[in-house]
Amino acid sequence: MLEICHISKSFDGNAALRDVSITATTGKVLAICGENGAGKTTLMKILSGAIEPDEGQILFDGVNVAVGDPQHAMNLGIHTVYQELSLLPHLSVAENILLGRLPHRSPRWVVDWKSTAKRAAETIREFGFEEIDVSSLVSTFSVSVQQIIEIAKALVVNPRILILDEPSAVLSAHESQILFRKIRQLSASGTIVLYISHRLDEIFEISDEVLVLKDGVSVLFAETPKLDRDGVIKAMVGRSLDAIYPARKPSVGDLALEVRHLSHEPAFSDVSFEVRAGEIVGMFGLVGSGRTEIARAIFGAEPANDGEILVSSRQVSIVSPGHAVAHGIAFLTEDRKRDGLALDCTVVDNGALASMDMYLRHGLLDRRLQRKVVVEKLDELNVRPRGARGPVRQLSGGNQQKVVLGKWMLVKNTRIFIFDEPTRGVDIATKVEIYRMLAELASSGQAILLISSEMPELLGICDRLLIMRKGRVAARLERSEFNMETIFAYAAGIRTEGVAA
Amino acid sequence: MTTAIGDQQAKREPQYRRFYRFNIANVGFTLAILTLVIVASIVSDVFLTERNLVSISRQLVTNGLLSLGMLLVILTGGIDLSVGPVVAFSGLLATGLQAHMPFPAAIAVALAMGLAVGIFNGFMIARFKLQPFIVTLATMGSLRGLLYVYSETPQYPTDPLFRSLLGGGFIGPLPVPTLILLCVIPLVWFYLNHTISGRAVYAMGVNSEAVRLAGINVRRHLVAAYAACGFLAAFAGVLLASRLGIAQPSVGIGYELDAIAAVVIGGGILGGGGGTVLGVVGGVLALALVDNVLNLFNVESYYQQFLKGLIILVAVLARRKVP
Repeated sequence: MLEICHISKSFDGNAALRDVSITATTGKVLAICGENGAGKTTLMKILSGAIEPDEGQILFDGVNVAVGDPQHAMNLGIHTVYQELSLLPHLSVAENILLGRLPHRSPRWVVDWKSTAKRAAETIREFGFEEIDVSSLVSTFSVSVQQIIEIAKALVVNPRILILDEPSAVLSAHESQILFRKIRQLSASGTIVLYISHRLDEIFEISDEVLVLKDGVSVLFAETPKLDRDGVIKAMVGRSLDAIYPARKPSVGDLALEVRHLSHEPAFSDVSFEVRAGEIVGMFGLVGSGRTEIARAIFGAEPANDGEILVSSRQVSIVSPGHAVAHGIAFLTEDRKRDGLALDCTVVDNGALASMDMYLRHGLLDRRLQRKVVVEKLDELNVRPRGARGPVRQLSGGNQQKVVLGKWMLVKNTRIFIFDEPTRGVDIATKVEIYRMLAELASSGQAILLISSEMPELLGICDRLLIMRKGRVAARLERSEFNMETIFAYAAGIRTEGVAA
Repeated sequence: MTTAIGDQQAKREPQYRRFYRFNIANVGFTLAILTLVIVASIVSDVFLTERNLVSISRQLVTNGLLSLGMLLVILTGGIDLSVGPVVAFSGLLATGLQAHMPFPAAIAVALAMGLAVGIFNGFMIARFKLQPFIVTLATMGSLRGLLYVYSETPQYPTDPLFRSLLGGGFIGPLPVPTLILLCVIPLVWFYLNHTISGRAVYAMGVNSEAVRLAGINVRRHLVAAYAACGFLAAFAGVLLASRLGIAQPSVGIGYELDAIAAVVIGGGILGGGGGTVLGVVGGVLALALVDNVLNLFNVESYYQQFLKGLIILVAVLARRKVP
């Protein structure tokens, strides 16, 4: 039995957890959900010994867990799969899986590589992914396989408590099912599983109990069968979500962006489409369909080697992101932590990064003006002001996303926004806000290209859809033609279209 | 998606068993060394003589030991700038202390000094999370000052055995320092590839938080790497002093740069996560050969420095990972 008693924790004076108490019983799957910044990850880190709580204690069969020592937690049988991949790409799969407990030979400090490979392969096989070669370097695998390896690290020894932080975010449906099978198997044999997720479908599929955190406080703790989706959402965001997608009255203007026969073999070829001012055009496709590459080509990050790009009906040459920005194109990348933000710099500095010219006075940077402009913009975007002077790192994922958006909105003359998976990894309340921002951008006359893997959001917010398949435009659909089955059929190549308009 | 797992990976040798990776950079590097040797032996009558080869093998010992230590530290994501003064100081101690004690004891003190400097560096970096560059820059400066203070005490003649057994000694055709280096190389290789601590060193350079969360005591292994680096530097200093028969406080200036260069030429990545013992050996060899060849052709030492700088740039360019 795991007893979490009156746990509190704050960072830099901001309370991340406030007096949280729950008990989890052996053999149960406990789902923990909440918005970004609700304290889920903090709770998990305390459990795994990565950080220490300010107050309270966690007892596992009477032993205090929360002492801030990962080794201690591991000795108690508590294993954690972190959301941020903690794999070492330059080492083999086997070494990663057994990191921290490499088998050794007679002198205790000598590694036994043979049993390392053997035990790692066994772990992977028992998990259900025997096709992963444990002697390869981790860097040779895709993100989803890396996530599987990450989970496998916690499965070497049957864990007594298994903590999973958003494990399925990058897994395919099939891979998720294998993971769920494993979770059921573990909990049947007496493991306590703590499953952190925003995906409500998963929570209802896998969990026995649900804990909802909001602003660091436990607001709901109940058995899953007694709950319904609305109840959980209400607890998470504090209000009912009748309308996730904003109502829109599209008023389509002039051509803003047009690409003709754009090609960059082998990623994509002969791609043509246009986006008008005030329009949201969605781009759907399976992984590897070339969506991100097209966006990068338009933005000049990796220029296409054939075809034309027209901005406001004038042909332009874009061979670097600088050109794209000059032509009024903004690109919000999928991986905001890598490409979008300087995490250790302040919120203001990040927000002002693309629009420095605006804050110059007599050739010098006017910090006060900069701060004023950025803070105003972020207020508009509803970024909870946790301190604009603090590093962006401290913001929740959704707020970080908004800082990136604000950064581009401050650039003068930006007319075209390209979003690549803007809602990946953010909670439902933040999603709603992002949709609202998209709608507002469009109604203020901006042209928006929205790349997404989430069908419901594309159906919910787009005016038109481009469906990509193997680097080509497989279909173009108007809003009246939107239909999940049709879209999937085109994306998977089951249905094909002639040369489209 | 799931079927792609199988396609993604060609059957390959396990990473930890791969001794030499056949990629353009490694093969090119090997070919470059071979070309240098061939050209030098054709153009110069002296190059291939036993005397010259033995002399090369002895001269590269200092940089060899320093580079192996530097490799350990660079793998952790750090750097050690203090190896130069450690070389000089350990030489001074190993010779100077012979006035008061037998030479093996003097050597022991010198080595202990290197170890202590390394542990100090490692402790400051691990315990207080200071930047390795700054910590070892400070150590470098202080130590350099300290050893000039020490060197003002009068020097006494050293035990003849100190020279003839170590730096000046031969076993068969090979100088003793060379043989010692040949023993240290496999030891470092074994440490890095086959010990728990060595794997921790290799792992932490890329993501030390991940290593900590795996339940490994990162600090301990970090200190171990710096300690080994300091120890090897002191060892190099002792061998250098015993080869020359005399120790000077001005020795070792710029040695840290040669060691870093050897690691980087050999494929090491500043910031951690890349670098092999074989690569370092290649880097040391390449630098020593270039030095030797330029000397044989009587190239002035200023031009030598200039050319060495260029070579390092070219080597790093060739190893650049194209995104």
